[in-house]
Amino acid sequence: MSDAALHPGAMAVRAPVDYNMAVVRKFTIAAMFWGVVAFLVGVYLAAELSWPALNLGYSFTNFGRLRPVHTSAAIFAFGGSALFGTSFYVVQRTCRARLWGGEALADFVFWGYQFFIVMAALSYVMGFSQSQEYAEPEWHLDVFLTLVWVAYAAIFLGTLLKREESHIYVANWFYLAFILTIAVLHIVNNMAVPVSIYMAKSYSVYSGVQNALIQWWYGHNAVGFFLTAGFLGMMYYFIPKQANRPVYSYRLSVVHFWALSFTYIWAGPHHLHYTSLPDWTQTLGMVFSVILWMPSWGGMINGLMTLSGAWDKLRTDPALRFSVTAVGFYGMSTFEGPMMSIRDVNALSHYTDWTIGHVHSGALGWVAFISFGAIYYMVPLLWNRSGLYSTKLVAWHYWIATLGIVFYITAMWVAGIMQGLMWRAYDQFGFLQYSFVESVSAMHPYYVIRMLGGVMFLTGALIMVFNLVMTVRSPSTDTKAARDDGAALPAGLAVAGE
Amino acid sequence: MPTKIEKDSVTGRETTGHEWDGLRELNTPLPKWWLYTLYASIVFAIVYSVLYPSVPGITGYFHGVLGYSTRTQVAADVRAMAAQRGVSMDKIKDMPIEQVRENPQLLAVALTAGRITFAENCQACHGAGGEGRPAYPVLADDVWLWGGKLADIQQTITYGIRSGHPDARVSQMPRFGADAILQPAQIQQVADYVMALYGKPVAGADTAAGATVFAENCAACHGDKGQGNREFGAPALASQVHLYGDTRAVVVAQITNPRQGVMPNWNVRLDPATIKSVALYVHSLGGGE
Repeated sequence: MSDAALHPGAMAVRAPVDYNMAVVRKFTIAAMFWGVVAFLVGVYLAAELSWPALNLGYSFTNFGRLRPVHTSAAIFAFGGSALFGTSFYVVQRTCRARLWGGEALADFVFWGYQFFIVMAALSYVMGFSQSQEYAEPEWHLDVFLTLVWVAYAAIFLGTLLKREESHIYVANWFYLAFILTIAVLHIVNNMAVPVSIYMAKSYSVYSGVQNALIQWWYGHNAVGFFLTAGFLGMMYYFIPKQANRPVYSYRLSVVHFWALSFTYIWAGPHHLHYTSLPDWTQTLGMVFSVILWMPSWGGMINGLMTLSGAWDKLRTDPALRFSVTAVGFYGMSTFEGPMMSIRDVNALSHYTDWTIGHVHSGALGWVAFISFGAIYYMVPLLWNRSGLYSTKLVAWHYWIATLGIVFYITAMWVAGIMQGLMWRAYDQFGFLQYSFVESVSAMHPYYVIRMLGGVMFLTGALIMVFNLVMTVRSPSTDTKAARDDGAALPAGLAVAGE
Repeated sequence: MPTKIEKDSVTGRETTGHEWDGLRELNTPLPKWWLYTLYASIVFAIVYSVLYPSVPGITGYFHGVLGYSTRTQVAADVRAMAAQRGVSMDKIKDMPIEQVRENPQLLAVALTAGRITFAENCQACHGAGGEGRPAYPVLADDVWLWGGKLADIQQTITYGIRSGHPDARVSQMPRFGADAILQPAQIQQVADYVMALYGKPVAGADTAAGATVFAENCAACHGDKGQGNREFGAPALASQVHLYGDTRAVVVAQITNPRQGVMPNWNVRLDPATIKSVALYVHSLGGGE
């Protein structure tokens, strides 16, 4: 039902803008495709860790080569396509402006990015890698990605500049922080000298501990600006849309945006506790990580409190359930992160599977769930359908995936803390209680549970793909969906004084 | 551009007056608990930075009022661990290995130290229970290549086998086939004979010719009845225990171009008391003499 009907004449409907939704549709399809790939490879890797025979003895099925395929597919291919797609959707609609640069430039960004992903994945299985986590592609792919990224930034900024709204909506601040910071991180961390212009082999310009510091400045801010700021942008558009409520606090959004952007950039050294990185640098990384707790939670508060007066929608809209649960996992991960950055906690947690659990509560619970929520919302609008094929299937997806995450992260908490305790256990004579390999074999049941969690998450994603395909194949509607007209007042609002 | 300020009936707050694609924002103040927790985390950061090494300077850095350093901490931890171990390990170091075995308290320590040292260093090749793997001898049985007494085991661990250490246990089986010491036919004959020795005779084979070849070429080290010789680490061939396998292909390959096992000299990695502990542990696995 249209809310305009509840508030007749509250707002005049302005002339519609001809948005470029074709590129958003492409990125949405890409996001779902890469999501399934990422989850599938993840499940296989989890099985390899449970039963090492599954490495199969081929170099290209080896854990070491498949792992970057999984991480890059999850972060850059799935997460990246979701961010590109939603950012193009959001920036157009909140600026009331068609994408700057025309169709061709947007298509270059789409196909260029997909080409980069495919080439990166192929290069990993063939054994090419810079050996820098989350920055594995060799120099020639890095150069190509830089071109694509500059085009992306130009489109986004160009659209912001030609906007018809006087102010820039908060979601766009976060998307812009993501785009600009990732550009800087990508270029600085990938500074390398190629062995030859014809060879996919290079050496980083940084050596030793400087390399480690730059790498984790990059790695942690990939989490901070790709996986946090970017998806907060998504959150700031889709949750108020789905809940049909105004954002809880504009002031909080300003303060936590700047606090988050300023603080995150310092936090990287917490990945290098108890290494040859100087103690003072470790301390700085730690204290900024602790300060980061509340700036991160600002986004959680704004996400959850926006639902004030609309919590009942969770019963009827399982897509909104994804978005809200995502914010819950976001809050949990952004508490866990600062805690794990504290030196004495890190003494127990570092190098253990606790870190893997932490990453996945963020990646599955936050990044994937907020994307699922957004995609479920966008698809009927993008393809001009009256609604999803099946709300019931969304609910099935939700519960299977949520349970899968719970399996995954609880198994990794237990496994990680057990590893940490086993590694530091000494007997009464002062000798190690356990050998390393005993801690490895103790992990087996938890690795199997983790894999089952992954299977559930993958199953949910396949249900989603089926649901979306059936939605797109359902008959088109002529009238745009009610929530799409963008002119209605959110529930509960009345023009002051009326 | 509509810039009407609206009032939200749910929270009683007003919007900022802006609208984007139907989205609005309430002008809610910062939550107090949020702001105070942010301040508290900043205070924590400042206090922690005063206590611990934190701020860099031109030539050094601020060391913190506690004087903490991860290097001094790990050095202190290692010293404390060494002191705890030293109570017993110093005695084990100075005592002949057979006497350690007679001393229940020291033996308990040695077996504990030996077990974990074995698990971290030896079991990758010899198996978690000393059960061995192809080409890596079983340590849990009474078949020994170089001797199964405590002193033998201690010496093997200390200097290794063909390790390059001057005191290493060294022997070399000739490459009878690769160096053309024996003709191919003779190798087949002696292989028949050796297989008969360990009770897996080849049907219809004439072992008489093989016996001659064996007596002339092999018996010097492996014994005239194939009983082996620990002096040279020459395995018993009249035995059901095989280092590389008992198939004909393995026997022929071993005569033609023999594999020669290598074990590192652990004295470069483990201290004498720890080596004694490992020797006692290996001796206790079931086959110690």
